[in-house]
Amino acid sequence: MSIKNMAEYAANGEVPEVLFWVGCAGSFDQRAQRITRAFTQILDKVGVKFAILGKEEMCTGDPARRAGNEFLFQMMAYNNINTINAYGVKKVVTICPHCFNVFKNEYPKLGGDYEVIHHTTFLQQLINEGKIVLKDGGAFKGKKITYHDSCYLGRGNGIYEAPREVLQAFDTELVEMKRCRSNGMCCGAGGAQMFKEEETGTNRVNFERAEQALETGATIIAANCPFCTTMLTDGVKNKEKEDSVKVLDIAEMVAMSI
Amino acid sequence: MTFDAKASTFELKLACQMQIAQQILFMICAVAAIFFFTKKVKEMRRNILLGRDEDISDNKEQRWKNMILLALGQKKMFKKPIPALLHLVVYAGFIIINIEILEILLDGVTGAHRLFAPMLGSLYAFLVGFFEVLAVLVLVGCVVFYIRRNILKVKRLDMPELNGWPRNDANLILITEVVLMSLFIIMNVADLSLQQLGAEHYTKTDSFWISGSLTGMFSGMSVGTLVAIERTCWWLHIIGVLLFLNYLPYSKHLHIVLAFPNAYYAKLNPQGEAKNMKEIQNEVLYMMEPDKAPAEAAAPTSFGAKDIKDLSWKNLLDAYSCTECGRCTDACPANMTGKKLSPRKIMMDTRDRMEEVGKNINLNGEFKDDGKSLLHGYITTEELRACTTCQACVEACPVSIDPLDIIMQLRRNLIMEESSAPGEWNMMFGNIENNMAPWKFSPDDRDAWVNG
Ligand code: SF4
Ligand code: SF4
Repeated sequence: MSIKNMAEYAANGEVPEVLFWVGCAGSFDQRAQRITRAFTQILDKVGVKFAILGKEEMCTGDPARRAGNEFLFQMMAYNNINTINAYGVKKVVTICPHCFNVFKNEYPKLGGDYEVIHHTTFLQQLINEGKIVLKDGGAFKGKKITYHDSCYLGRGNGIYEAPREVLQAFDTELVEMKRCRSNGMCCGAGGAQMFKEEETGTNRVNFERAEQALETGATIIAANCPFCTTMLTDGVKNKEKEDSVKVLDIAEMVAMSI
Repeated sequence: MTFDAKASTFELKLACQMQIAQQILFMICAVAAIFFFTKKVKEMRRNILLGRDEDISDNKEQRWKNMILLALGQKKMFKKPIPALLHLVVYAGFIIINIEILEILLDGVTGAHRLFAPMLGSLYAFLVGFFEVLAVLVLVGCVVFYIRRNILKVKRLDMPELNGWPRNDANLILITEVVLMSLFIIMNVADLSLQQLGAEHYTKTDSFWISGSLTGMFSGMSVGTLVAIERTCWWLHIIGVLLFLNYLPYSKHLHIVLAFPNAYYAKLNPQGEAKNMKEIQNEVLYMMEPDKAPAEAAAPTSFGAKDIKDLSWKNLLDAYSCTECGRCTDACPANMTGKKLSPRKIMMDTRDRMEEVGKNINLNGEFKDDGKSLLHGYITTEELRACTTCQACVEACPVSIDPLDIIMQLRRNLIMEESSAPGEWNMMFGNIENNMAPWKFSPDDRDAWVNG
């Protein structure tokens, strides 16, 4: 599979259907790269004409903004918006709810107005349109799955159903955690917490959340965010359940079933 | 004129004078209560306006809808159905019974007794009976609330930040409501007993549902005793109400009023959106494209919020509206895992500091620097750092409060004014600046995954 970037499309005088915004985790983090590849495989298979920004992509500035460094956020936003606008991008898809939230809600005020879609919604649409057909009796047949709402997809943007619809397309049993949907609990990574030690407390946020997920008895914890994936994986390891319980992004699950 | 007749005219005169004295006393109480309440309301308004300006004038239609759904309909309360139902009963009962206050007030001023009874006929007894049923429901609701708070010790209602005044405040309200409702019913029982005895001045009405079945407890009492009981209950009830009015501004109970404007002004944008800082957006723009900078562009003087005046008036309205229910803290992942952060405490601290600043202004005519501030003085760095910006607190709040907005502004101050950040965050900032990613990877490797 060859993945083209915006510059290559532009060189041929073409504009792709959609810009795939990979995000920093999806680009650099080894675990998250697997999600990125899974998603591009699906796009490729379905025949979506997409491009990445490649080396021109920069951090959206989200962790800086949430930590309180508005100046750095505005710098990053300025640069990213200029780059993307120059390519005439209309539609952006991303595998990270933090990037999604910044693009959808925060860049428009700064001059970056695009149709923005999170990969789980994108996948749901492809399934509904019949462009993705999941294999019968695939890897997840009969398995118990629980779904973790990320804060910035769920509460932040009110997207609770699209990811669940994708999961229901598998032949599986979806079990909810006690805290789910708008009452879902954070994995502990947001607000730039990913980049520092937690303050002293009685437990780690990701441990607590992973315990809630394990309580459901599910063998697969489905996520929609590279940061949640990492945090929950660590939480599962903490309970020494990593052999029996897997944390997977929804894109990975779809890629495994087509 | 016979001696007897003389005596009875004298008695009549006395009764009449007593009546007038009562009317005057009542009016003094009522005027004083309204005067002090108005004064405090003005003060609160002034305190709220200490906050910086924030334009919230868009989308009027949606805002009215929110007010009806969230404040009147208490939509978010119903995430927890049992307390929601009890709360609805207490709230609706309390509000509806206050219609009765109208009559009490008018009786007090005019010296009439049950002014509306002749006008409404048999409907009157029905209405009072209905109020009595509500009063009993309110009473039961308050008792259950008291038990939940003090005996069952529901976790969110039994946290250290409630120690002292907040806990007493909550209990005081519950006890006051129980007392007020009891007085209302006892007053009616005495009244009905007096009616049965055919006492003068006590307008004959049909029996009331609840008090009608309780008249047995006063059987055999003289008219004098019954009048004393009736009058005492009447006075205690109305004075209780007037005191309660003046107590509101110092209490978490203020939410019964402020929940309405607060729901109206609630954030309508997606919860995930952080407020933009236009000043910094422009700073960056002028830095990158100097030709766009206006000639007399004044650089912004301060970033984020350190104290009351730096927060917006909506943040301050939020603080006055908080009912300290702890639904936010209950949902907070940081608090759940034992961190110091509690979004409820953020709101309580903001209110306390605002009141402190208000007192300072009352004393000095204008704010005199007291060497304190909301940041550090009330809310510590450790609390602020623990927030994951997950918006669970915003989602949970039944009165449309946004603790996260305050947290974010204080964080901005920490970073941009005090350059106070954990070392790891400084590293992250450096990486974003130099490598365009929060980790130390080369920007050249950003698309290396393609070949992986
Ligand atoms: S946004 Fe912050 S304060 Fe609010 S619930 Fe989440 S972690 Fe707690
Ligand atoms: S902020 Fe809202 S949820 Fe939190 S204690 Fe106050 S009223 Fe309750």
